[in-house]
Amino acid sequence: MSGVRLLVGTRKGLFILTSDAARQDWKVDGPHFAGWEIYHANGSPVDPDRIYVSQSGGWFGQLIQRSDDGGVTWRQVDHDFTYAGEVGDHLWYDGTPRPWEFKRIWHLEPSRTELDVVYAGAEDAALYKSTDGGQKWEELTGLRTHTSAPKWQPGAGGMCLHTIILDPVNPERIFVAISAAGAFRTDDGGVTWQPINRGLKSDGIPDPDAEVGHCVHRIAQHPSRPDTLFMQKHWDVMRSDDAGDNWREISGDLPTDFGFPIAVHAHEPETIYVVPITSDYLHYVMDGRLRVYRSRTGGEQWEPLTVGLPQEHCYVNVLRDAMAVDTLDECGVYFGTSAGQVYGSADSGDTWKALVTDLPPICSVEVQVLP
Amino acid sequence: MIRVILPPHLRTLAQVTGEVRVEVPGEVTQRHVLDAVEQRFPMLVGTMRDRGTGERRALVRFFACEEDLSNEPPDAALPDRVATGEEPFMVVGAMAGG
Repeated sequence: MSGVRLLVGTRKGLFILTSDAARQDWKVDGPHFAGWEIYHANGSPVDPDRIYVSQSGGWFGQLIQRSDDGGVTWRQVDHDFTYAGEVGDHLWYDGTPRPWEFKRIWHLEPSRTELDVVYAGAEDAALYKSTDGGQKWEELTGLRTHTSAPKWQPGAGGMCLHTIILDPVNPERIFVAISAAGAFRTDDGGVTWQPINRGLKSDGIPDPDAEVGHCVHRIAQHPSRPDTLFMQKHWDVMRSDDAGDNWREISGDLPTDFGFPIAVHAHEPETIYVVPITSDYLHYVMDGRLRVYRSRTGGEQWEPLTVGLPQEHCYVNVLRDAMAVDTLDECGVYFGTSAGQVYGSADSGDTWKALVTDLPPICSVEVQVLP
Repeated sequence: MIRVILPPHLRTLAQVTGEVRVEVPGEVTQRHVLDAVEQRFPMLVGTMRDRGTGERRALVRFFACEEDLSNEPPDAALPDRVATGEEPFMVVGAMAGG
């Protein structure tokens, strides 16, 4: 292994952190696309030098950048995310119908097997696919035109499609999550979709068990167990062992079960990580202490991981796309905070180190192990 | 030739440093100037106007001759001093934030 590369999307540009496999000394490169919001940057599992970046801003809208040399050079690819066909309505915050309106791309998910295939998740919620490396995007309309879509409603952060999981075994199966519609699955490559929210309970909606309307913050999967999904919901940490057909709560002894990211250890499919924050009103960690919680039992029993993390006067949040794990023999875990720190652990979370501080607020962290 | 001043972010995207000059066939209107800019710099398509509706993006402004022309009809003639190249047509990121 020659090294590890972190792709850190921030409110004011993209930063690229690199290290050798020891993961002790990090070089920081950036900002790329200075001044733009980088909601997400993600590399291809087929060729790690192929990187896609969602570049957006309030003034000039949405762009997509692509690199074929690991982030040394970039070129702008297509950014036409027009909704296909009839646009339709969803519910607005006040309960009135409102037409879909594109705002930005939250998440980019390159294919596990095909270099030029990549998916993009949009706000307002829609899923796009490119089969030519981003030169052209086409909407998979079956999701946005699902019969439940007129009942979807934005969360406080907007009606964003923020999670895309491409099943590692079944190429026709994709999971997505939308705030605040919930989780959905396709088993036919994106033609038809079904809500997979049974077992979720959300006090913030009139029917706590509704088919849709749940504010799912993030879903994670271990590639060796594709039917097992872990979810950080608005409140509650959840688990499904049947590809999302049924969910059960695994919050267990967490001090609070509100949070955004969730990740699974690269080699231990029952080891999961969350970063609880105080509440839906207080979007920062509890008691001024930054604690990652790890469960080695697939949930219910959790332990705080604190070594190397600030344990006083800390009031940061970690956003849903801002946690990642690497696949080195000793699994590395990384996350970025709303205050611009990137923390990393080279020992599965036992100890942590600030890799860089004082970046702009961090939207996303992805990690690549370089051959 | 019509002189156009782009805001810094768009100059970076277009890989230009200073003022740009574009040939505008026919009447010099906001629409024709922006069409010409987008034709020469296709990476800017969608950054100033919605690529579907053609409407100005909410936080983009068009200034010329010390006038805010943002809300003028896109097919209205721009001031003569823009058409003659005496004054630039300015694309501006609106003041936003607190």
